[in-house]
Parts: sequence; C-alpha cells; structure tokens
Amino acid sequence: MSIANSLRPFDALEARLDELNEACGRVDAVLLATDLVAIGEEALTHWVLARGDVPTSAEKEGFRLLALQRQGSTGEPSFNACRESCRELAYHFNLIVDDPLHPETGKRAALAVLVARHIVYFVSGKMQVAGLGEFCCASKPVRASEGVAPAT
Amino acid sequence: MVDVTDKAKKYRSVAYYPGCALEGSGNGYDVSTRAIARELDLKLTDVKDWNCCGAMEVKNIDPKIQTYLSARVLSQAVNENKQDVVMAPCNGCYHNLKKAEYDLKNDAATKDVVQSLSAKSGHMAYEAGQAETIHALDWLKATVGEDGLRKRTQGKLAGLKVANYYGCMYVRPRNIFPEKDKGPGSESTARPHFMDDLLGAAGAENVEFPLKTACCGGAHTLSDSDTSTKLVLNILQAAEASGAEVIATECPTCHSGLEMHQIRAEKRFGKKTNVKILYFTQLLGLALGIGPRKLGIHTNISESMDLIVDKGLAG
Repeated sequence: MSIANSLRPFDALEARLDELNEACGRVDAVLLATDLVAIGEEALTHWVLARGDVPTSAEKEGFRLLALQRQGSTGEPSFNACRESCRELAYHFNLIVDDPLHPETGKRAALAVLVARHIVYFVSGKMQVAGLGEFCCASKPVRASEGVAPAT
Repeated sequence: MVDVTDKAKKYRSVAYYPGCALEGSGNGYDVSTRAIARELDLKLTDVKDWNCCGAMEVKNIDPKIQTYLSARVLSQAVNENKQDVVMAPCNGCYHNLKKAEYDLKNDAATKDVVQSLSAKSGHMAYEAGQAETIHALDWLKATVGEDGLRKRTQGKLAGLKVANYYGCMYVRPRNIFPEKDKGPGSESTARPHFMDDLLGAAGAENVEFPLKTACCGGAHTLSDSDTSTKLVLNILQAAEASGAEVIATECPTCHSGLEMHQIRAEKRFGKKTNVKILYFTQLLGLALGIGPRKLGIHTNISESMDLIVDKGLAG
C-alpha cells in the first residue's frame, strides 16, 4: 500500500480529533498525546506528498512532526505559519509524557487537541488554496460559482 | 542585552504609519493608540502623504512593487517628516516595512527597482538603514515599559484573564527581524511576550495560550471562508479552554477576522464562543483610566462593554 493510500483524509482526521476531545480525561493521556502527534504528522504528510516530495522519516529535536514541517516549508515560506503550532504540539506532548499525573494534565490534553486541530485546519486550507491533492476538485466548484477569473 | 535607555528616549517621538486598515475596519486600534500616546505624553507625527504598504494584494502580483510602496513610506518619513523611527501598529504594515528594509539591504535587484520607481515618481529613494521600523509593542515597551505601567495603572486590570494573540506576521519570517531573539529585553519569535509583559504590568492575568502565533486564516477569508472560520473558531475555543475572558490583539486583520468569524462560526457551524476581543491598546487605555468611547471600543464588532463594566474598567 502506498503512503498516500495509508493516510486518512482530512475529514477523518477531524473526526478523530472530535473523538479525542470527547475522550479527554477518560483515556490514557500519554496515548492521547501520542495519537495527536501522529495526526499532526499525517496532516503534514498529505502536504509533502501533494508537493511531489517523499515524506521524511527523519526527526528534528526528537520529533518527526517538526522534520515534516520543515520539509513542507522548504521553498514555501508561508507554510512556516504553522511552525509554532507544531512546536506547541511537541511542547504539550512533552509536558504530558514527562508528568502524566500532573494536576494540569487534563487541561494540557484539551489544549493539545486544539493545537493539533489547528495544524489539520491549516494544512487542509493550504491545500485548498494551492489546489493540491484531494481538495483540488472540491475547491473548483466553489470558486467557479463565485465567477472568479482564472489566474494568468 | 538591549539598551533600553536609548530606546526609551528615541521612541518618545516617532513617525506614525497607521496604514489603510487603521483608517477603516481597525479604527479602534488607531483611536486607542493615539489616546494612549496623549495620555503618556508620547509624540506621534503621521507620515506625510503616506501610501499603502503593498499589503498582500500587491505582493502576490509583484513583490518588488510591494517593496517599493513600503520603501516610499519610509522615504516620506525620512525625507518629509525628517524622522528616523517609524511606528506601524498593523502587523501587515510592520512586516512589509521590515521586509523592505531587509530586501533593500540584501537584494541589489530590489534596490534597483526602488531607485528607478522613486526617480520616476519624483521623490528621494529610501536607502537601507536610514530609518528604523518598530511595532506599537516595541514603542510602548521601550518608552513606558512595565515599571512605568505598574506605576501609572496601579494594577487596574487585576482579575482580567487575557489570552495574548500575536498572529503570525509579527514574528515571521525571522530573518527580517534582526533585533528579535537577542536575549533578555528582546522579543522572541518563537514565544513572543511583549504584549504579555505590558498587560501583565497593568495587572492582567495572562493565561497560557498555545495558539498565540497561529494562523488566523486572514489570507483565506475571501477565497475560502469556511477554512478561516474553522481556524478562528479553534483560536477562540483555545482561548476559552485556557481560561481567558478576553483575547488581546495587535493586528487589525487578525482582530477583524476573530470578530467576524466568531459570529460566522455560530451561524455556519452552530458553535458559540463568548470570549471578548479587544486591541491591546484598548486594554492598556482602560488600565490608564481612559474612557471606553475615547478608545473606540464602541466601534469593535465584539461586544465587550458588559465585561468592562463588570471589571470596573468603564471609567
């Protein structure tokens, strides 16, 4: 199975984030944090693949998430608008994993869900604007109905 | 280390570049910035005959023409105002003026275009290093600072929980902000704190807010409104999950986006959030005892008067 086929589409990632949001406080916080980082990596992988690159398996500061973000922003500086969100997700992962019994863990997990959600929204929005991947066809009818002239 | 004494003196009188947004949807930001300047006896002189910085629209068509437009603003400040510090409260303007400075210093082709267009337009070409562009946060941090605000406000914002939202253009890309990330006293591009410092000194309780530099979707707002609404809703929900009652902003595009998509999120997705949205200059103005109307709070879309009254900040 190709990498692209193994990726969940963005709406599935959003649905999983909804589930994790509901489950905050009831599931193992470390597993939840691990799942959130994996969702972030999956969103970034969509972007890297859509640009025709091979997603890196390297890590940056211990996170593949950060390496993928760097790869995705190479030649596309505007993609760095999600750099700090990725770093925040890594930070919240570390907070949770380093001290899962901390009294603030529930709040940290809830915030980590929102940070991961921001990455998913950001990347899916960038793909729509760039006309890449699965959102290319989805975005065309919307723009066609608005009568927007094609870029020359 | 940053020499704060020199800056405190230098920034007391600056050329003020409001930019287009502050004359329109961001008027409350302009009004409150001027009100604070009067209250703190800081001199703002509008850049004479200023023009658009080129914003996103021109930049997307031709980045060098955008650079020229920003360079003309700097040229006006230097040659017409005879000033060497330009204060731009709008993140977009601030970013573009800083980028023009960087490109003029590092890219010969940009310099040629700016010189050629300046000659054609009949004004002196701006040259890198003639002026310094600062943000409203730099201006207040250097001139009044935390100590000054503590004395002047007596902790008037005590009990107000604030999420400080900087947006992405205030710190990105890092290379156009050589003064940032220079250790104690300087701003951080990874975790900016100047707004936290100022509002904290006025007594506010700054919450730990993980999306302080996250994208507000401003660039998508016309082409893909749903993405903008989702991004904004997420920021609003994160602020509420952080315990904030107010989001403090320092960018008119972010501010308008938060306000408008807060309403749209409820209509489109049925998701209501209650967190209020105010410019940081409006919050500082309230802390300094300036009335809400003089700070343009009635021009905001976000209705925050109940909270302001409740917190005893209505004057």
